[in-house]
Amino acid sequence: MLEGDVDAIGLATSLILVGVALAVSLSQQLRLEKQLIWATVRAFVQLVVMGFVLAWLLEPGRGVAYSWVWVACMVVFAGWTVHKRAPEVPGLFGMAVVALAASTLVTMGVIFGFGVFPMEARAIVPLGGMMIGNSLSGTVLAARRVADELTEKRPEVEARLALGHSSQQAGRPYVRSAMRTALTPQIESTKAVGLVFLPGAMTGLILAGVDPVDAVLVQAAIMYLILGAVATTSLVVGLGSVRQLFTPDHRLRRLTRSSD
Amino acid sequence: MTQLFEFSDVHVAVEDASILSGVTTTIPVDKLTVIAGESGSGKTSLLRLCNRLDVPTSGTIGFRGRDLLELDPQQLRRRVGMVFQRPVLFGGTVRDNFLVADPTASDETMCEVLTDVQLDPAFLDRIGDELSGGEAQRVCLARTLLCEPEVLLMDEATASLHQAATRTLEETVSRLRTDAGVGVVWVTHDLGQIERLAEHLIVLTEGRVRYTGGAGTPEARAALASLATEAED
Repeated sequence: MLEGDVDAIGLATSLILVGVALAVSLSQQLRLEKQLIWATVRAFVQLVVMGFVLAWLLEPGRGVAYSWVWVACMVVFAGWTVHKRAPEVPGLFGMAVVALAASTLVTMGVIFGFGVFPMEARAIVPLGGMMIGNSLSGTVLAARRVADELTEKRPEVEARLALGHSSQQAGRPYVRSAMRTALTPQIESTKAVGLVFLPGAMTGLILAGVDPVDAVLVQAAIMYLILGAVATTSLVVGLGSVRQLFTPDHRLRRLTRSSD
Repeated sequence: MTQLFEFSDVHVAVEDASILSGVTTTIPVDKLTVIAGESGSGKTSLLRLCNRLDVPTSGTIGFRGRDLLELDPQQLRRRVGMVFQRPVLFGGTVRDNFLVADPTASDETMCEVLTDVQLDPAFLDRIGDELSGGEAQRVCLARTLLCEPEVLLMDEATASLHQAATRTLEETVSRLRTDAGVGVVWVTHDLGQIERLAEHLIVLTEGRVRYTGGAGTPEARAALASLATEAED
């Protein structure tokens, strides 16, 4: 039986590598110390809060509606994070929330509709977190890269517009490159599954005593759903960002102030 | 006579900073027009209004007697071509660049536009990155010519070129104007270039029109002389 207990000494030991990272940052003058400490503290606080919320949600007799409310909160928070990372894209918050909500709805619909997992709080919250969390990384990258590409390549984009291209045509080569950057991490990690790392759901099921072949099938379903969710949300937000960064009359909006 | 461009009380502001203030002027059809002014005077901003890469905050702009904002922007930009300050070539060969402007262009047409800008047809297979600044800028001009524009907007197009390349580009554009009847609006702050090219002159200072009219008049010389003095200061 797996013992899930970790005492203060165990937790402190796990911080050793963070200490190493801090030492590297200091010795190399990377100035990442503040961010490292902030991320470590914030993650701890968030996980503790999450632990209490999960405990509350998992109490016997608690309705699954509360879990869905929690997933909705995750979607809104993820949308806000995307907006904060690429604030120059107008309307990004709403766009990200709709894309994340839609992909979460579809993936969770498949998981619970086909009975991959029973629709219980202990499945809804972590699976929702996996879908939203993975999609969040891709979506942030997509929005950020699209904004950066169009800012850096402004002269090329405007040269294309000046040749009579529509904003869609003029932005296409740069959006393509941005989307590749956004999707590559998920594609690479999907390719490395089984060879480099054993993903969480499968590991958890095997540790819980489920037949490894069944665990693999469940993991495959989840992995494909994550890949699909990341790809669709990134594409929707990436292409949506392009639309927002051009005006309807095919002009590239001023993202940074240009001279004369 | 209908003007090529007609600006009426045009204002452009970006984030509360005024770029152009109450510009009222005309660009005639039959004269090579130079827009002159110091850096930050708003001359590029005025030029970018002509092919609608920017739009005015207020005021109206006419193109051949029609309100420019009523025209389809994509069609307008093919009619009013633009060559930018720095040559902007897309990846690949010169041919690849030409196909961006006109995906259906034949090799024959592409060779013609290369000849128009005094480049050898062998340039078609040259890689854009390997060209000199002058060659790259002429390829940009040739690429614009594939759209068969009625007007060429030259945005300090020789600013990054050495003297010989500057003269070649000036001659090429002047010839396009006289032989093919292409209208030309040339933005520059180079006094020598203004002297060589301008038939009609617009001088801008801090977003306002300081002078508009013929190029050789005493008033034009006075406006240009004040620019030279400001540059020295």
